[in-house]
Amino acid sequence: MFDTVSAIDLARAQFAFTISFHFIFPSFTIGLASYLTVLEGLWLRTGRDVFLNLFKYWLKIFAITFGMGVVSGIVMAYQFGTNWAVFSDKAGPVIGPLMAYEVLTAFFLEAGFLGVMLFGLERVGKRLHFIATCMVALGTAISAFWIIAVNSWMQTPQGYAINAQGQFYTTSWLQVIFNPSMPYRLVHVLLAAYLTTALVVGGAGAWHLLKDRREGRTPREGTRIMFSMAMWMAVIVAPIQIVVGDEHGLNTLAHQPAKIAAMEGHYKSFPGGPGGGAPLILFGIPDDKAQVMRHKIEIPALGSMILKHDSDAAMAGLDSFPAADRAPVSITFWSFRIMVGIGFGILFMGLWSVVARFNGSLASSGWLHRLALLMGPMGFVAVIAGWVTTEVGRQPFTVFGLLRTTQSASPLDAPAVAASLIAFIITYFVVFGVGTWFIIKLMGHEPHPGETGPTRGEAPRVPILGGAVDIDPVAQLAE
Amino acid sequence: MAPNDTLTLIWAGIIGLAIFGYVVMDGFDLGIGILFPWLDKGEHRDTAVNTIAPVWDGNETWLVLGGGGLFAAFPLAYAILMPAVYAPVIAMLLGLVFRGVAFEYRARTTRLWIWDAAFAGGSTLAAFSQGVVLGAVLQGVSVTGRSYSGGWWEWLSPFSVLTGVSVVAGYALLGSCWLIYRTEHGLQDKAFALAKLTGIATLVAVLAVSAATPFLNTDYFSRWFTMPGMAFVAPVPILVVVTAVLFIRALQNRAEIQPFLLALLLFLLSFTGLGISMFPWAIPGKVTIYQAATAENSQIFMLIGVGVMLPIIIGYTAYAYWIFRGKVGHEGYH
Ligand code: HDD
Ligand code: HEM
Ligand code: HEM
Repeated sequence: MFDTVSAIDLARAQFAFTISFHFIFPSFTIGLASYLTVLEGLWLRTGRDVFLNLFKYWLKIFAITFGMGVVSGIVMAYQFGTNWAVFSDKAGPVIGPLMAYEVLTAFFLEAGFLGVMLFGLERVGKRLHFIATCMVALGTAISAFWIIAVNSWMQTPQGYAINAQGQFYTTSWLQVIFNPSMPYRLVHVLLAAYLTTALVVGGAGAWHLLKDRREGRTPREGTRIMFSMAMWMAVIVAPIQIVVGDEHGLNTLAHQPAKIAAMEGHYKSFPGGPGGGAPLILFGIPDDKAQVMRHKIEIPALGSMILKHDSDAAMAGLDSFPAADRAPVSITFWSFRIMVGIGFGILFMGLWSVVARFNGSLASSGWLHRLALLMGPMGFVAVIAGWVTTEVGRQPFTVFGLLRTTQSASPLDAPAVAASLIAFIITYFVVFGVGTWFIIKLMGHEPHPGETGPTRGEAPRVPILGGAVDIDPVAQLAE
Repeated sequence: MAPNDTLTLIWAGIIGLAIFGYVVMDGFDLGIGILFPWLDKGEHRDTAVNTIAPVWDGNETWLVLGGGGLFAAFPLAYAILMPAVYAPVIAMLLGLVFRGVAFEYRARTTRLWIWDAAFAGGSTLAAFSQGVVLGAVLQGVSVTGRSYSGGWWEWLSPFSVLTGVSVVAGYALLGSCWLIYRTEHGLQDKAFALAKLTGIATLVAVLAVSAATPFLNTDYFSRWFTMPGMAFVAPVPILVVVTAVLFIRALQNRAEIQPFLLALLLFLLSFTGLGISMFPWAIPGKVTIYQAATAENSQIFMLIGVGVMLPIIIGYTAYAYWIFRGKVGHEGYH
């Protein structure tokens, strides 16, 4: 029933599943760690309790997300060996050390200070606690630096040679780490994490603003502040992200032209010259079998304009590459459009919030709040869509142009991979489903004076008096 | 580019250190999960979890260092071993998922029993799987060319199940000694009783594994039972006996920190014994550390990282432990 091909497909499905789940958490914790640093910094500077309350409110959510990020990350660290053994043997001398550096410089830093950040405020005092928060935030960014270096090297390898056993080894570490796509990818991914976090914070804020209005209450100060902060973030970061994304695409065109052809849906090449530039295909139904784009809606010459800044420039299509080296258009074409669409969606929301700010309706504009609520989870969608574009667009290679995916897999029997894939799917949906539910429950109560931190043991199950105002509803959370 | 023999030796030492570091750091932490079913519901369990909640993530990072270090320093060994022990590694990872999230979920749930069970079951599964991996590596794996060539059940044998159970017993011992050190009153009394039981279980396990290992292949046998090797390895079993006697004494005197330190010493001795059996193989009988080692410039590049970072890491880890020092109650540190 199973042949060797399907063992590889199962291994790919398993890798795609586990990494997609894993990356959902970093894209939130990277941003949230920085946001928490800002909140705590504002509290230390202004002494206003509202910032401390917001800090504690988001800290509880951070604790759960971080836990999920850690356990799904440890799975990733072993996936390379279990499912991609040949790849590990061959690429190990190059990427192994970078991942070891990630452990040494980032994971220990995050983990070492996490305990202090979550439980240490009373024990170490404000200043040291703030340092711990900064260290955790710094750790998440350093972690991104190394793993993005690894991934980018797989996209645009340089600084290597190949030995008699077919293993890659390094000729220049600087060239390996700062490979051509690395700076673009790092900035793009970090900004994506900030946007994702801003959307979640803004979505939670919008929900409470809407609810307060419906129930005739004035929103609490914390709610207004967090919504406003999130909207500033959206309007400032979204345009930067669009520019960075454009530069990123130009860089990809230089190094992985087949990927760009797949993303753009260009099966055929465009010769260039007057009227011969590539169009920008807005929509269409890619047909990989026949290698044609059906039912397309396109803007003439705009593709060449964006990618080459010249409407008459020639553009290579997939037909310029050997059939065995073409990435699947059907997935990349759509995932790319989803990401870009969401990017412009965030920009639109951000601009709207600026208008609302000027006419004083930021805290009362129902439609803006509804849009922000809708956008709340969209950062995750964009991030996954972005990675799918990047990774599927790299196919059929794991190390672009050098090592094929079919030559990277472990010598495993399909039933073993199938069984573990099913086990991962069930475990992840149950465990991370419950975690997400806890987070949604936590966000479902409005940040209020006297927030408690991430308590453990008996305490959270005993209702705690939250300041003079009311009883902390988190204490009675149910599943 | 070829590996450098001296650096290869240093790297084997570092990986050994990382794995031992993992056992020291995460052993007691998994052990508490293993002991969970024997701890009273409510206060005792909460206290036990409180003793490790601020540090478990850092402890588990040593596992990433061990696995990541193996990948980086001996990619061929990593590439052969991981498919060979596929099922137990996946089981370990899933176990760690359940127990890892239980720390946070326990504080948020109203159905505590689910996450208590996840914590206990996940910890036990992870410990057992680690022991199975150890046994599977010791008994050897099939290799053709540069890859694993056995089936997906090759790891399973009476020996690997024995090592699996042994690691569970050993971690439970570390867990109970940790609780002796960090708690007081009723829970500490309980921990003393558990330490005695798990101590006996661990000794029996160490004996059984030690008795079985030399017979796994002739190479191990000749190392342990012929001169001159014998003169070199003889102190190990003798020291194990001495440690065991001191351990029982310490329990009788209700010493608080000695049991934990002696249990660690017991682990260190068993670990040394394993090292003696294994050296210089990365995969027994098939691949030596010299064959599996990565390129020289990768070895140097990482050595710089380890040399600079490890002291810093140990420094701030010690600081984090120090912040949360002292006896722990059940209400948490909030
Ligand atoms: C751009 C960011 C990024 C990307 C692409 C990845 N990770 Fe990750 N990872 C992080 C950002 C991150 C983080 C922010 O550092 C995490 C996430 C949440 C967290 O708690 O730490 C983390 C946690 C984390 C951990 C647990 C660390 C600990 O013990 O504290 C491991 C072992 C990995 N990751 C390994 C991987 C591997 C092998 C990946 C690729 C296949 C990977 N991560 C992709
Ligand atoms: C964090 C976000 C990431 C996501 C969402 C992601 C997504 C994916 C997807 C969807 C695939 C399957 C593609 C296919 O088979 O058609 C894949 C494959 C793969 N990715 Fe990634 N990836 C991410 C990061 C990384 C990183 C950081 C690395 C390397 C360090 C990496 C290495 C690989 C490898 C080795 C494969 C297997 C070969 C393959 O199936 O193509 N990925 N990834
Ligand atoms: C709206 C304008 C945007 C453009 C033009 C753009 C462009 C790109 C391009 C060209 C790639 C693939 C690069 C490659 O594989 O070589 C990419 C990947 C990616 N994008 Fe975007 N992007 C945009 C918005 C966003 C937004 C809003 C997010 C998330 C909030 C996002 C998240 C990602 C991620 C996580 C990746 C994968 C990692 C990488 O290769 O950088 N992007 N983007």
